[in-house]
Amino acid sequence: MLVTEKNSLAQEIEELCKSYGSDRSALLPILQAIQKNHKYISDFAQQEIARMLDIHPVEVYSVVSFYTFLHSEPKGRNIVRLCRTIVCDISGKDLVENAITRELGIKFGETTKDKRITLEYTNCLGMCDQGPAMMINDNIYTQLTPEKAVKILNELK
Amino acid sequence: MTTKIRKTQRQGAILFSQYKRGEGIKKALELGRENILFELKTSKLKGRGGAGFPTSTKWMLTAAAKAEEKFIVCNADEGEPGTFKDRVLLTEYPELVFDGMVIGGYTIGAKKGLVYLRGEYEFMLADLEIYLEQMREDKLLGDKILGTDFNFDIEIRLGAGAYVCGEETALIESLEGNRGEARNRPPYPVNTGYNKRPTSVNNVETLASVPHILLKGGKWYSSHGTDKSSGSKLFSVSGDCDKPGVYELPWGTKIKDLLKLAGAKNTKAVQVGGASGICLPESQFERTLGYEDIATGGSIMIFNKDRDMVKILKNFMEFFVEESCGQCTPCRIGNVKLLEGVEMIERDNYTFAYINELKELGKSMQIASKCGLGQSSPNSFISILDNFKDEVFNTKRNGGNNG
Ligand SMILES: Cc1cc2nc3c(=O)[nH]c(=O)nc-3n(C[C@H](O)[C@H](O)[C@H](O)COP(=O)(O)O)c2cc1C
Ligand code: SF4
Ligand code: FES
Repeated sequence: MLVTEKNSLAQEIEELCKSYGSDRSALLPILQAIQKNHKYISDFAQQEIARMLDIHPVEVYSVVSFYTFLHSEPKGRNIVRLCRTIVCDISGKDLVENAITRELGIKFGETTKDKRITLEYTNCLGMCDQGPAMMINDNIYTQLTPEKAVKILNELK
Repeated sequence: MTTKIRKTQRQGAILFSQYKRGEGIKKALELGRENILFELKTSKLKGRGGAGFPTSTKWMLTAAAKAEEKFIVCNADEGEPGTFKDRVLLTEYPELVFDGMVIGGYTIGAKKGLVYLRGEYEFMLADLEIYLEQMREDKLLGDKILGTDFNFDIEIRLGAGAYVCGEETALIESLEGNRGEARNRPPYPVNTGYNKRPTSVNNVETLASVPHILLKGGKWYSSHGTDKSSGSKLFSVSGDCDKPGVYELPWGTKIKDLLKLAGAKNTKAVQVGGASGICLPESQFERTLGYEDIATGGSIMIFNKDRDMVKILKNFMEFFVEESCGQCTPCRIGNVKLLEGVEMIERDNYTFAYINELKELGKSMQIASKCGLGQSSPNSFISILDNFKDEVFNTKRNGGNNG
């Protein structure tokens, strides 16, 4: 990581601590903000957050590793999460899954070479009345067909 | 194309009936704490998050706890497979949920309410924040609510994709910035909750029921439903049916009547209560939904005769293997063993003796697991193997059409 990058990340974390506070209970909101802005929480960011909140870096790591939506490894610019729970599973999820992997040429759990998209599975999104469903970043897309899913992915920057 | 908030014409006796923002709060401030608790007690409202604990008792205990600071928490983690009624309440009836929180805060003596919104529902966050801002403008939140000396505000916190965080003590751990691992109980959150302060954790639907109860009276509420299961319940209905969606029905409704309403045909199995619930065969569709018979948080998943029960069960067990927090052995190891058992059945490579041992393992998990996740995860394993044995153990199982 470049020194300038480090400085700007440290500054960002300082700002976040100002708005969320430096209590332990601010940890998750701070991690979520870093995750959102950078798509992952680097070792440096974790150490810096630990320093600001006055806790051990291992504490931060153990929290990051617990939550599915927090990552300590770099991901693509867009994280696509396809629901694989039973109702979506019986409403055509496999067809959508096949179309997506064919289109992108990667498997679930992988990131495209251009870092545009990471594919992941997720559990029930609470959209079972409109399955199959997937989540892309913060948004949810429902009633997917293979064509519709591919079109949505192709529109991602 | 994204799912944005949209109002649907819904009909129901209580939650889906007419209500104007603030009415319940106004009424609550007129009634005072004692009368609110009395109406709630008369209503016999029980928690809608699954455990069914009487809400009046929970609020009374939190109100009685002595502390400088108390909290009311709205559990909007809604992660049980097949459940989406809280999504509908939050997006279409926020007035009920937030008014219920304000009333709860007033009753127990809290100045702050926290909503724990599952990360998957971040799409609704911006709209909910706007809604809270409007409540502040209307003096329904903030200092001196409706001109009284009651101060209260609500903050929304996001989860980060962990089903176990819906369990109330894991939720509190998560709010405090920790891993979402369930705590030993006692102490209970009503005494030692968020930041060690007395905390009432209530489900979205529970809170949404409160304003109507205060406006029309506890007696009116308990005239709906049955003796032990008063009022109405929201059912999230999905799977093989023509009209999936959220239905408000009185407790005591029969499974078969719900299937008819949803336009389900050719039904083989109904999974009640989500992955942690039980699976019923056709011979049990006469049974009723309610604390007298089948208590549930309201997830109803319908499977028709084309579906393969073994694949369904495998999907549930994969869910638990993934979502177990790993803190205690019965759940961490037990769910893996149960999943392996399902895979053995799938490959027709098992002995009945071993499968029976697994059922016994499931029963020990129900007793020995630390929290509700591990205590309920064997339910579908046991009920599917018991209720669908002819299909499950038939070597000519066709694999179904689950795609
Ligand atoms: C694994 C697990 C997940 C849970 N998820 C939720 C949930 O998403 N929403 C909820 O209200 N209750 C959930 N509960 C139940 C809560 O622990 C708690 O009983 C409930 O929030 C209390 O509110 P109520 O009394 O209004 O039902 C869950 C319990 C367990 C064991
Ligand atoms: S039962 Fe499962 S989820 Fe609950 S504490 Fe034990 S390991 Fe964690
Ligand atoms: S099963 Fe996919 S959204 Fe519920």
